Amino acid sequence: MAKLPLEGVRIVALPVVFAGPFATMLLADLGAEVILVESIHHFPTITRGYMPRPPQFLVPTTGATFGGSGGIQTYVNHWAGDRPWDRFVMFHALGRNKLSCCIDITRPQGVEVFKRLVKVSDVFFESNAADTMEKLNLTYDVLKKVNPGLIYLSMPGLGCSGPHKYCTVFGAQLQALAGHTWLTRYPDLDYTTTQSLIFHSDAAAGAIAAFAVLCALRYRKRTGKGQFIDLAQLESVIPHLGEAIMDYTMNGRVQEPLGNRHPSMAPHGVYRCLGDDKWVALSVSSEEEWQKLCHALGDPPWSKEERFSTPLNRLKNQDELDKYIEEWTCRHDNYEVMYILQREGIAAGPVLDQRDAFHDAQLASRGFFEQVSHREAGTHLYPGMLWKMGKTPISIRKPPPCLGEHNDYVFKEVLGMSDGEIAELEKDKLIGGDEYICESIF
Amino acid sequence: MVEQALSDVKVLDLTWHIAGPYCTKLLADYGADVIKVERPGKGDPARAMGPFFKDEPNPEKSGLFLHLNTNKKGVTLNLNSATGKKIFKQLVADSDILVESFSPHVMSGLGLDYQTLEKINPRLVMVSISSFGQTGPYRDFKASEIVEYAMGGEMYSTGSAGREPLKLGGNVIQYQSGTVAAVATLGAFYAAEFQEIGQHVDVSIMETQAGSADRRIMYILSYIMAGVITTRWPPPREAVRMLIMPQGVYPCKDGFVNTLSLPQWWSRYIEALGMPELKDDPRFQNIYSAEAGMEFDAIWYSWLADHTKEELFEIFLKSKIASAPVNSPQDLLKNAQLEARGYFVEVDHPETGKVTYPGAPFKMSETSWQIRQPAPLLGQHNEEIYCGRLGYTKQELVKLREGGII
Repeated sequence: MAKLPLEGVRIVALPVVFAGPFATMLLADLGAEVILVESIHHFPTITRGYMPRPPQFLVPTTGATFGGSGGIQTYVNHWAGDRPWDRFVMFHALGRNKLSCCIDITRPQGVEVFKRLVKVSDVFFESNAADTMEKLNLTYDVLKKVNPGLIYLSMPGLGCSGPHKYCTVFGAQLQALAGHTWLTRYPDLDYTTTQSLIFHSDAAAGAIAAFAVLCALRYRKRTGKGQFIDLAQLESVIPHLGEAIMDYTMNGRVQEPLGNRHPSMAPHGVYRCLGDDKWVALSVSSEEEWQKLCHALGDPPWSKEERFSTPLNRLKNQDELDKYIEEWTCRHDNYEVMYILQREGIAAGPVLDQRDAFHDAQLASRGFFEQVSHREAGTHLYPGMLWKMGKTPISIRKPPPCLGEHNDYVFKEVLGMSDGEIAELEKDKLIGGDEYICESIF
Repeated sequence: MVEQALSDVKVLDLTWHIAGPYCTKLLADYGADVIKVERPGKGDPARAMGPFFKDEPNPEKSGLFLHLNTNKKGVTLNLNSATGKKIFKQLVADSDILVESFSPHVMSGLGLDYQTLEKINPRLVMVSISSFGQTGPYRDFKASEIVEYAMGGEMYSTGSAGREPLKLGGNVIQYQSGTVAAVATLGAFYAAEFQEIGQHVDVSIMETQAGSADRRIMYILSYIMAGVITTRWPPPREAVRMLIMPQGVYPCKDGFVNTLSLPQWWSRYIEALGMPELKDDPRFQNIYSAEAGMEFDAIWYSWLADHTKEELFEIFLKSKIASAPVNSPQDLLKNAQLEARGYFVEVDHPETGKVTYPGAPFKMSETSWQIRQPAPLLGQHNEEIYCGRLGYTKQELVKLREGGII
């Protein structure tokens, strides 16, 4: 069998929260050996939990909990267990195919171990705040002396230079800064009453960071040269609103949010269906599709009215149009609406909640979910690959790593340390897994 | 010419609309030589989509098309004709990567599926981007931005409790899936260039969304591992407060700011507000108190009302509180940080003159992102590619044009 595309590429990663772990997941899926350097002295917020040992009342049992939508704070089977950091679902979602070792990079002897690892790696990847690597004295200038061919990627929210370099931001703030919040709103509500806890910047910046590493790897393979990649998450998500930016720079127009509507298509939106909180999304892009929609609905009398006779009229009279369409969708299951309309060639599909997505026929038929057995979490199906490759098939090869699970591999096989050397470092807790956990922190 | 990361990578681009063109734009902007193949006459449907320069509908003046097709060379070709297919195969023989975003049956219907093209060029990386993938029961279904977000993405939990699920603004799902497709493309190309393995890559936009962070992949796994259904949440004023400090979007003097709080940040808020007396205020001794949160709101709202979003940003920057203004596109164009980093670029185009475009999504120290040329006019590079590269004569080119092939 062919090797995976990135087999033989070693990436040392200090990724936190979501964008960085998502990027390194894509690279690990392609076959790179991604080694997370973690800590038994420091607990990075959110990455492996909100707190090291959450009291049971903060382990949510429903979707609606502290701080917003509950799916973000879930532990496997609502039980944090003895090692909560190995049972936190967010970590499981993005941890596959990666390895974990623990090194205390805040102390000089730990830094020496870390540098030995960087020396035998191709890429160093970090997604911390802009001052983190500076405080640790592990900037590009320092690490390139250790490994001149190193590719070093940093992805702070606002970049590695400029007056706002040290700005503290999470996805919500990036979303606001980049103009995404501006355009995501119910037209009849304002920004304080439109709640959105989905932050596109994590998905966008994570994917482009993986692309950036691939660009640098290709250049390095051809020239032997490493380099520094300065990825401002803000700058990576602005192109996703290119039309709105161009409308402003070409026409001086500040686009306003349209909710679920579209500048030229009508009907275009989300409609209530039979059942509790069930919805279908649909859009009609041409006169031909409009005729097909009318046909699918049984050519009701209202569809012949003058106010719906042209695309412009439909656009103008959307409120009434949407009411008529919803009267029809309300009587059907959302999947049923999809099948009825798709048969006619109209873009329509259910708004899938997480249960529906897990049971969806398309994802199932393509084998999207893969079975994974994990030491602390048991056996489950996990969401799998984002694309399929014909000759180098990618898959979940390894479960998400437990904290420090690959210490032996990294210290013995990768770094060639002796048992004595390891014991010495473990004694001072400079390396070591959660058997050496720092009780005052964890 | 300056060496770029993807210099000498030859890409044949059969994509249209947004997802595919954004994928090939990323390749082109970092140095790949991209030939965009369009149908004669109308070209990419994105040419007919706004916004248009000075609001004048014109296939050479679509802001969407101009943004998505920088650095590409443009040819026209009728793939339904035998001659068109022959020319296309000649282009395939000379390419490293082919990206297409037709409905799944189109390439095989044209007799241009991977099995055929692989024989012409065994090292070819062919990437097919489609709404639902090349196989499966929804293979031939139609989709759009809103349908893809509904089915693939996390629309179900986007928006406010009690309201309908809400689409993210613009066409961001197209852009993000195009970015994922670019990762898949370069991954496969790495194997082609260094291991000599060509292959077909099947990108389903639904899967790119179901597998992506924020937050679909996490929420699906939360359901699988703990049965949690994550739904839409009330906005700050209606939600149950768990901290004194605010979280979410709040009004200020001239707009809105989005603020996030961590339990350890109470002292930062006191500092930001310039109200040291709050430290000893008996009302605010338990930061996990919902009632104290209501008390604090009164102070918070009136303080915000006295400050502009720019003033607030500076204050929060100093106090290290995660808070940012809700920027409009106009605000972005005068943003000090983006200006200092030289983010926006001016691109000169024959039909529009100089216009400002979004710039590099990341900066590389050795190999630059750059605009070498604006988006192509329809068929602009026919002569350069067909005569210069494939060796057709000018007379043959005239005949091809008359025959409707190009």
